[in-house]
Amino acid sequence: MIALAIEPTVLQTLWFILIAVLWIGYLVLEGFDYGVAMLIPFLGRNDKEKRVIVNTIGPVWDGNQVWLLTAGGATFAAFPGWYATLFSGLYLPLFLVLVGLIIRGIAFEYRSKHPEAKWRNSFDWMASIGSFIVALVFGVGFANFIIGLPVAPDTTSSFLYVVTPSPYFWQLFSWFGLLGGVTLVALFLFHGSLYLALKTKGEVHDRARAFAEKAGFVAIGLGAVFLLAQQFVHPTGVLGWVLLVLSAAGLLAAWWFNKQDRNGLAFISTAVTILFVAIGIFLTMWPGLGFKDAAGAVDSPLNVVTAASTEGTLTVMTVAAVIFVPIVLAYTSWTYWVFRRRLGVENMPDEVVAAA
Amino acid sequence: MSAETLARWQFGITTVYHFFFVPITIALSMLVAIMQTIWVRTGDEKMLRLTKFYGKLFLINFAMGLVTGIVQEFQFGMNWSEYSRFVGDIFGAPLALEALLAFFLESVFIGLWIFGWDRLPKKVHLATIWLASVGTMISAIFILAANSWMQNPVGATYNPITDRAEMTSLLDVLLNPVALVTLPHILSTAYMTAGGLVLGIAGWHLAKLAKVANPSEKQQKDISAYTWATKFGAWVLLGAGVATIITGDIQGKIMTEVQPMKMAAAEALWETEQPAAFSLLTIGTLDGSREVFSIKIPMVLSFLATGTFDGKVEGINPLAKEYAAGRLISPDNRLQQEAAERLTASGLLANPSDWVPNIPVTYWTFRIMMGLGFLAMAIGAFVLWTLRKGLPKDSKLWTSLMWTAPLAPLFGISFGWIFTEMGRQPFIVNGVLPVAAAESPGVSAWEVATTMVLYTVIYGALAVVAIALFMHYLKLGLPDVVEPEVLTDDDAPLTFAY
Repeated sequence: MIALAIEPTVLQTLWFILIAVLWIGYLVLEGFDYGVAMLIPFLGRNDKEKRVIVNTIGPVWDGNQVWLLTAGGATFAAFPGWYATLFSGLYLPLFLVLVGLIIRGIAFEYRSKHPEAKWRNSFDWMASIGSFIVALVFGVGFANFIIGLPVAPDTTSSFLYVVTPSPYFWQLFSWFGLLGGVTLVALFLFHGSLYLALKTKGEVHDRARAFAEKAGFVAIGLGAVFLLAQQFVHPTGVLGWVLLVLSAAGLLAAWWFNKQDRNGLAFISTAVTILFVAIGIFLTMWPGLGFKDAAGAVDSPLNVVTAASTEGTLTVMTVAAVIFVPIVLAYTSWTYWVFRRRLGVENMPDEVVAAA
Repeated sequence: MSAETLARWQFGITTVYHFFFVPITIALSMLVAIMQTIWVRTGDEKMLRLTKFYGKLFLINFAMGLVTGIVQEFQFGMNWSEYSRFVGDIFGAPLALEALLAFFLESVFIGLWIFGWDRLPKKVHLATIWLASVGTMISAIFILAANSWMQNPVGATYNPITDRAEMTSLLDVLLNPVALVTLPHILSTAYMTAGGLVLGIAGWHLAKLAKVANPSEKQQKDISAYTWATKFGAWVLLGAGVATIITGDIQGKIMTEVQPMKMAAAEALWETEQPAAFSLLTIGTLDGSREVFSIKIPMVLSFLATGTFDGKVEGINPLAKEYAAGRLISPDNRLQQEAAERLTASGLLANPSDWVPNIPVTYWTFRIMMGLGFLAMAIGAFVLWTLRKGLPKDSKLWTSLMWTAPLAPLFGISFGWIFTEMGRQPFIVNGVLPVAAAESPGVSAWEVATTMVLYTVIYGALAVVAIALFMHYLKLGLPDVVEPEVLTDDDAPLTFAY
């Protein structure tokens, strides 16, 4: 691990971990609803089946998405330098993410509002393609955080770092970047189909399970290549290898449990994989936040110390987080409990009831 | 066009568009919660039908506000990275708190409300819409605190070692006098809009039903429900209108204190006057050189700005001259004091003319804002007056009034925002950071231009879909309802599913 000129404070370290936690929450939770949404046009053979699929994530996807917004907001509040350089540096990829989030966000709410097949198919494809874009871009993004985005001080304000050369767009699509993108899509498809198998019954359930078996093969293969490549691109020592083994074990367990039709355990296993993969990635982002010096110095000039807010701001934010994160977790868990039942075509009312 | 100009336009377009959905989300959620509460307490079927009817319209609107809101949170970093770096220690906190305290609450409980009709006991289900609605208000608290800080940057100090603004007190930021008065002002206008919407839609249906010679039993029920909603909406519109006037008046006085240039710009008041007259409208140029025709009411501006009829209101020219010579906008503001040297060194505001906002824009948006607000209130009063004597007559005038009732306050809010943001120019943080020094240096003009074109195309397409859906359900009118019951059979069809 790299030693910084100034040691990070406890609060800086804490907020780096908290932001990692928010990202993990986002990847685990919205990871499955991206996977499910990508599959709507493929796993639903008729409208009722498609509605079963949509309704498994209908009540929860919006709350899941807030994890991303909170990760963004927390980055802005705790590490303004990180937020400023990252969001302007990845201008076009983030625009793609926004487009994906917009078209999928509108799709769930609007598909049910009109019975025509063409209308519904259009929104199903919007949900599917939107989710695919977001998953792909974030996969490419995280792979690039592992490599490190090259930054240099801006010519006018030497305190602001800029990703160089700008625009930094085609450089993102190295073989490792692309591998990251494809791997995350495969992982979300696996994770999502396991969620679908867990939340459905009847034919949709069987089809989701069968798909998960195939998606699992692909995810295991790509995951293995990606995790091994990561150890060579940015080695993090023994800990990195431990996390690799745990991540891989999660994937294999998920595949095995799915084969046994143990849907809950299978879903938890992919969640565990996402957890360990994310920990591994954030480990490589410490303390440089996924940046590197464009001039070639060992340390990233933009790091957990130089990008951070003041201790005062971090303190009040910590108080808020300590109080409200448990509350959010409590009512979010309660929501999953309320909607715990499996859904099947027999649960779908014939007409979409014209009411809220 | 430069990247900065394009980024300004992009922020303007995406923010004004986003804010078309915000007032209805904030206030209609609460009005629906009130309707549902009356239903739970009285069991009156009419109230359940109204809840479901306006609830559906609320959700069509909510989805749009949600997806366009994400763009807002990303945009600061994407287009305004130097701003984000410079103010992040202060400005980031309310944004993060908004996500943690408000967005989770809204999103999770909206999901429970939509899908929970047959999963939750009646009263628990009722609580979900209240919590979601409270979430939208908490969101308003934080985002308005953030915006008010840009108008009046309190609770902050300048740190030359890190070259940025740093927070001294979150409480000062949240209790910023500008925020304390902007919050009730914006909430009031949101309720004017939602009240106008409830009134407009119900009143439109009411006039159609009034034409039916022998209304059936169902039609009589509809008439009763729409009559209730029309009156309810009108009272909300009027009550909120009064609150808007009162809070707006206080806002004007605070603005005179912390942003005197904005007050002068609202009036196109070029020279200092004592007492100052309020200009109702002006024909001619607004650059102070030639005035063809204008209507002025003596002493009213003095009252609006200072609370006394002979108060002095400073003019644009003397203010600009003194600012350029080094006068602080708010002499007691710590951040403005400490960052003054940095501002001078930037050389961006060396000439007096650099300090003057776009006067025609500020002058007219201020007037249109107020005019639309008063128009909406007049409609509310007229509707209540008409309904005293029974059902309204269907006429072109009535239909256009029903359209105007929600649209006037909605557009009034847009003009108000354009006024308040344009009146802050040339600053992004009043008296501290000019907009020209806040952009993302690494982002090129073509990137901003490309994304702006695509945002506009996507937002345009979304508007077509959302308006079509909104109109479809608006015209369908009150739905038939079945009393929701908690399902116990795992294989029974749900009473509601997407």
